[in-house]
This record gives sequence, structure tokens and C-alpha cells, in this order.
Amino acid sequence: MARGIKDRVAILGMGCAHFGERWQDDADTLMVEAFGEAIADAGIETSQIDAAWLGVAFDAINIGPSGIPLSIALRLPNIGVTKVENYCASGTESFRGAVYAVASGAADIALAMGVEKLKDTGYGGLPVRSRGTTFDMVGVTGSAPGNFAQLAAAYSSKHGVSRDDLKLAMAHVSVKSHANGARNPKAHLRNSIDVDTVLGAPMVADPLGLYDCCGVSDGAACAIVTTPEIARALGKTDLVTVKAIQVASSNGWELQQAGGWDGSYFHTTRIAAAKAYEEAGVFRPREQISLMEVHDCFSITELVTMEDLFISQEGEGWKDVRGGFFDADGTIPCQIDGGLKCFGHPIGASGLRMIYENYLQLLGRAGERQRRQQPVLALSHNLGGSPIQNVSAVTIIGRADA
Amino acid sequence: MTETGILAFGAYIPRRRLQRAAIHAANKWFAPGLGGLAKGERAIANWDEDAVTMAVEAARDCLTGFDRTRVQSLVLASTTLPFADRLNAGIVKEALTLADTTRASDTGGSLRAGTSALLSALDSERTQLCIASDLRKARAASEGELTQGDGAAALLIGQGDLIARVIARHSVTVDFVDHFRSAGAAFDYGWESRWIRDEGYTRLLGNAIADALRQSGVSPETIDHAVIPVSVRGVAAGLARKLGLRAEAVVDPLQATVGDTGTAHPLLMLASALENAQPGQRILVAGFGQGADVILMETTSALMRLPERRGVRRHLAERQEDSNYQRFLFHRGLVEMERGMRAELDQKQPGSTLYRHRKAVLGLVGGRCTRTGTVQFPPSDISVNPNDRAIGTQEDYPLAEIRARIVTHTADSLSYSPDPPTYYGTIDFEGGGRLVTVFAEVTADDVAVGRPMRMVFRINAIDEQRDFIKYFWKAVPTSEGDQ
Repeated sequence: MARGIKDRVAILGMGCAHFGERWQDDADTLMVEAFGEAIADAGIETSQIDAAWLGVAFDAINIGPSGIPLSIALRLPNIGVTKVENYCASGTESFRGAVYAVASGAADIALAMGVEKLKDTGYGGLPVRSRGTTFDMVGVTGSAPGNFAQLAAAYSSKHGVSRDDLKLAMAHVSVKSHANGARNPKAHLRNSIDVDTVLGAPMVADPLGLYDCCGVSDGAACAIVTTPEIARALGKTDLVTVKAIQVASSNGWELQQAGGWDGSYFHTTRIAAAKAYEEAGVFRPREQISLMEVHDCFSITELVTMEDLFISQEGEGWKDVRGGFFDADGTIPCQIDGGLKCFGHPIGASGLRMIYENYLQLLGRAGERQRRQQPVLALSHNLGGSPIQNVSAVTIIGRADA
Repeated sequence: MTETGILAFGAYIPRRRLQRAAIHAANKWFAPGLGGLAKGERAIANWDEDAVTMAVEAARDCLTGFDRTRVQSLVLASTTLPFADRLNAGIVKEALTLADTTRASDTGGSLRAGTSALLSALDSERTQLCIASDLRKARAASEGELTQGDGAAALLIGQGDLIARVIARHSVTVDFVDHFRSAGAAFDYGWESRWIRDEGYTRLLGNAIADALRQSGVSPETIDHAVIPVSVRGVAAGLARKLGLRAEAVVDPLQATVGDTGTAHPLLMLASALENAQPGQRILVAGFGQGADVILMETTSALMRLPERRGVRRHLAERQEDSNYQRFLFHRGLVEMERGMRAELDQKQPGSTLYRHRKAVLGLVGGRCTRTGTVQFPPSDISVNPNDRAIGTQEDYPLAEIRARIVTHTADSLSYSPDPPTYYGTIDFEGGGRLVTVFAEVTADDVAVGRPMRMVFRINAIDEQRDFIKYFWKAVPTSEGDQ
């Protein structure tokens, strides 16, 4: 494996817009909101940014092609601005671009922006779109809930978990995230819910009910990164550094029977997680990771991800969930900011929003959500596609001395 | 060996059977006089079926156990073909993965087209698939809506191990307009039923049958199965009496169970007769429409050796009662429902893309790596086998006739579907190959991990802006008797 980039890049500043149904905002104004916070946090001028990456997923509505919309919105100084799209992992992709630019020495200071203006779609949920002329002839244009719901049947079947037991565990995931989101002023959904509400909700894609699905929102999040040396030179003393970023893309293996994939887990997440732990020097993730922000597009996704990140034993994740292991006051809190569940999922923004919460927690700036015990290593997991074919991104950031 | 006759038969009847009482219950305020027809049930094609998909299914049934490379010609008879100018039989040919050298044609123009196509095939020495299929179109609260049904039948005509030999054939052409539908019109316009009964069925059809029997020297009472595809109650029995046919020889017109499937009906009833026939029995087949066709045939001992097939019998048994008349109207385009913005997805099909991938899309032909044996769908230059990324080693591997099992599934209520929720998931084929596909004709009880499935040819999506139909394969649960 490559040597990796552990501790070669520090986060200079981050910002996150208020996620929600931002009827009065365009993607531009959401980006400016996130950028304003990030650049103030970084304590630099726009003219000091050497390169920028923009993560956005949907073209048809939203912002249009190229990196130019970011360059115009922030009036960047004619630097290279690259737009990246990698399904719902686009936010982490933009972060990876900026981090790699700094790690390589090509840029001293780089910016990553993720944004999505979903609430111009005209209906709830993600815009229905083509997946290419070849795929459209032989593929199923299912909804996101329909694609992810299929994990449940396969998981139940493989591990002998009854539908009721699994539904209760899934409900716990959502109840926990809503309890967290209620304490986050930037979250879209800030209501607490109970298990009965989740179980009694209308079915969206069997067995996923309404509360098993994350919200749909507008939002933006932004990171400004540099080298630890430059960060210190700029006066930063409390540094959060990047320990690992790994992205794994499906190559069609899951889609072929010969591979042996059984539909109950994310093949790519396991690969990205294993590589990220190696890059970060994490050997016992269940003991070493302080907190996690994962891609909880659906409750079942979060549940199986606990196993794919090697935190829970395979087939045991649902028990850890129901035992409160991932609650805000649990051993490893997961979605302590409310997650996609309460922030909603403005596609390009989500990966950076996760890193934003981890960054705040590591610096002790998470307000009433702040973990009492100082977090050291924080993991974020950003996933795009469907269980059978996807892009999985795992990012680990931590205190510079960790 | 130089005699052309019938080699095999097949049938297709859609699973849903709309209860006529449900139709009448909705319409009796408007058309109370139709109450007399409001008994029994009729077969209705699902939203993703048309004359082409039903033809494919009937042909697959017909070809059970038969080497497809022997098929030389294909004719598709129908008055409701989806394309006016694109060879519908060509789509069927691709779905059946027949050789590119297959001769194929569409025929129609009258409900007699099924028997006329059969006669033409019998005139040839070629091994020919003769398929008739109709998805009937009738206005709400019309008589046709109650008496018609959707379905298809196929006969394999050729030389060799004949299950039935032809004794005689006779045709009459007269411009008798009992009903008509001008080019581009959606519905039939019909004349008085009493006139049709007296002048059409009794005189025109009756005389044609009488002439066929007389000219061939076949005595009417020796006919064991008489296929007289007239749905009007009592007409077939009355004709039989008049012609001297035995009452018990009159083949069930499937009016109580299927309805009149138009072009397909004489062939469907013939398939039913062949199912019930013993070797050495005589079958009379009539077709009616601007005249009549009459064919007399005699079964042989080869009938007993024909491999088991779904036929009419199993299709009749595999039925799902349906009383949702509103859904039927929607699927027929007779009522507009608010479909929501999700239905607005542009379904434009690039012709060049479909042409490049026609085997995979229309024939469900996957790839098999000649080096590792790994089966995959769709085929690709580089094999999916991670241990051997062989390049250019794929050979054609048809998957349509292979059984599969469910690996994952869901019932999606969010995606737009004309028949929500959309059931879909991943299936694994026996012997390799995996597909994410839609499950057709299922309810919640039919889907479970490990459930055996088989493939059917269906409409995948419709490009409403350009009037193009996109076909692909879906999975349905296997039933008892499936291989």
C-alpha cells in the first residue's frame, strides 16, 4: 500500500450552512454562507487560496456544469477550480481533491466546497435521473430507498435476524439521530421522535418507512486545508490533521454472482475502511475511534455500516445499535450532530458536513453536543450509489498529536 | 417426411383476470343492458405487456424442448401491434434469440389474420413459427370490453415429427364488415349483432365450414374438436347443430375464463384442443373476418411425445382474480391519473445504443468467459472474474430460459410505476449470472430471499414523447410444473 498522507495536511478552517428547506437561497448563497464561516475560522484572505474543489452531484437542477459556479460565487482569484461528482460521496471527493493538492505540495492552501440545492426539484426525495444510455436499457430505475431497502431482506436472511428485531434496531438508529439533531441549531429536522412513531410511519420502500429515510434539504459545507507548518505559521495551535482518506469504487463484482456478494453489506466500505485504518495507523477501531459520522441515508445503511467499518462484529451490529453503543452518550457516538437523518442530504455537502462535526468535536467546539471525554480520532463515511454498485469514502481526522 | 403440418403449440394468457361483474358494477348506471354479459372473467394484459410481449411468451411456450436453431421463419399476426413501421416480428425474433437469417413478417388487417398466417405457413416447406397475439382495445362500457380478452398463441409449422397433419383447407373472402377500425383509430365500430349472427356466423362462416367438410369428404360427425372462435353465446353450438358436428366436439371458446383474444383466438382454442386431443383425432379450425378460413387436421401419435408445456391449461390455472376496474382503465389509457413529477423522466432511447446491445437487451444474452466459465450480465470486454481479468474471452450466454433465485428484494412505493409498488431486486441464475431486475406479477407474499423465479419479456419503459417502447426482461415467480 501507498505510504499515505497521515498528518501531512491540517484543517485550517471549516464552515457549514444551516441545512434545510432554504426556499430563499440559491446554491450560490448557501456556498457563501458556508465559506464565510470557514474563512473566518481559517483567518486568511480569499487571495491566499491556491486551488479549489467543488463537490456537486446533480446537474439537471442545481448549479450547472464546471467549477465556475464556485469560482463566481466566492470570487476566487482565477485559480483552478475543479468540479467533482461521485454520487453521494461527492462531498468527500472535493475534500480529497483539496487535501491531495496540499499533500502534494502543489497548493499551500486549498478549499473544498460541497453544495446541493435539492429543494428546487419540485417533489420530495432525490431527482429521478438517467444513469446512462446503456444502463437505462437493462437497469432498474429504482428510488434510493428502494435500492437501500434491499439490504434488510438480505441481512435478515443471512444472519437469521427477524424482521421485527431488525425493524426495532433500525428504529433505534433514527430515534437516536433525531435526539441528537434536536440539539443542533444547523440541523434541518430538530424534533425528537419515539420508536412507535418510526414503526407506525407509512412505508416508502419495504421495509423502510418514512422515518427510516433521511431528510431532503439544501445545504453547503466548506473546508480550507493547508500544511500543519503553514497552519502553525498562521497562528493555529490546536491542530486537527487528516489521518486518512480512502475511496473505494465498485467494479461490477457485487453485480456478478461469481463474486459471492450476498446483498447484506457494502463491499466497498470494508475495503475503504481497512485501507483508511492502515493509512491512519488504527489497528483496533472499536477502541481507538472516538466518534463517527456515517452515511445514514437510511437506517439500515447506518446499521450495516457499523459492521463494514469493523466496529461491530458481522451480524452483531443490530445488537450494538439496540444496546446504545452508538448513542450520543454511548461508547462510540454515531451521528452526534443528527446525521443525514436530521440534516437531510444535500448530496455534495454531506461528506463535508460530517467532517465539520468531527472537526468541531475534536476541537471541543460542539456546544451542547460536545462529548465530555476529549475525542482523539473521528471517522466519517460517505457513500454513493446503491448497495450493489457504489462509491464508499472513509475519512479519518484527528488531533495532530494523536 | 415432405408433408408440412403442426410440430408444436404454445399459449400465453395474462395472469390477471378482470371480473366482469366489477366492470359492470362500475358501468351499469350508464349501460344497464350489458348485465347479461357480466359473468365470469376476462384476461387482461398488465401495463407492461403488449401484442409483442405476449407473442414472445406464447412462442417460448411453443418452443419448449425444440432446438431453436431449426426455426427458419416467423410470422406475427395481430391487429394491435405496437409498431406500425418497425418489424414487430423482428422484436420477437431478437427476444427468442433466433438466428439473424430468420425470415420474419408481421401480418394483420383482420381478426382472421391468425388462421391466414397459419394457412400460409402450411403452404411452405420451411420450419416456421406462426404466432397470433392481440391486446384488445375497447371503450369503457362497451360490449367488447366485457367479451374480449388478451392473449397469444403460437404454432410451430414444418416437416418432421408432426403432432397434427392437415387434411383439408378452405378459404372464403367476402367484404363482410361486422366491425371495422380505420388506420389510426383507437376503437372498433360494429354493426348490429343480430345481423352479424345471421349473415356472418350462420351463413358466411357456416357455409365455409360446410364446404370445407364436403369438399374434403370428411363427415361432420367424425370431427372430435371443432374450433369455432365465436364468443356470442350459443352461436358455436347452433352452428354445430346445423352442420352436423357433435355437440361435445365444440371446443370451449374460453369466454367464461379468457374472453375473445381476436387474432389469437382460433390458435389459442386450437392449442387447447391439441392439449385435450388423443392421437388420431380430427380437429376443425375456423377463422372469421371478411370471410373465413377453415382447416381440418388429424392428430398423430407424436402428440403424446410432445414435451410438457404451460399451454392453455396451466395458463388458465395460473390466474389472479382482479376486481380493480379503475386500474384496468388506467393501464389501457382510458383514464388519466395524476402520476406525479417522477413520471416525467425522459425515456429517450438512442437507436444506436439499442442496436449495439440488442442481444443483451432484447434477448437477455449475457457473457460467459471461455477461460474461467464465469457468467455475467451484461457481457463486457474484460471479464468480471477478479482472479482472471481476461480480455475478449466472452461468448454469448443466453439467460432467458434459466431459472433464478431472489438474493435481495424490496417493494418501492416511491418510484413511479403504473402498478405500484414496484417490486425489484437482485436475482442469481442457476449456473451463474446475476441481474438486478423488476419482479412482475408479484404480491408481498411472492418475494423472499431464495424464491425461485423465471424470466419474462416485458415493457421496461415507454418514451411517451416519441412513442417508443423499451423492452427488457423481468422476473416472475416460478409455479408448480416449471422445469
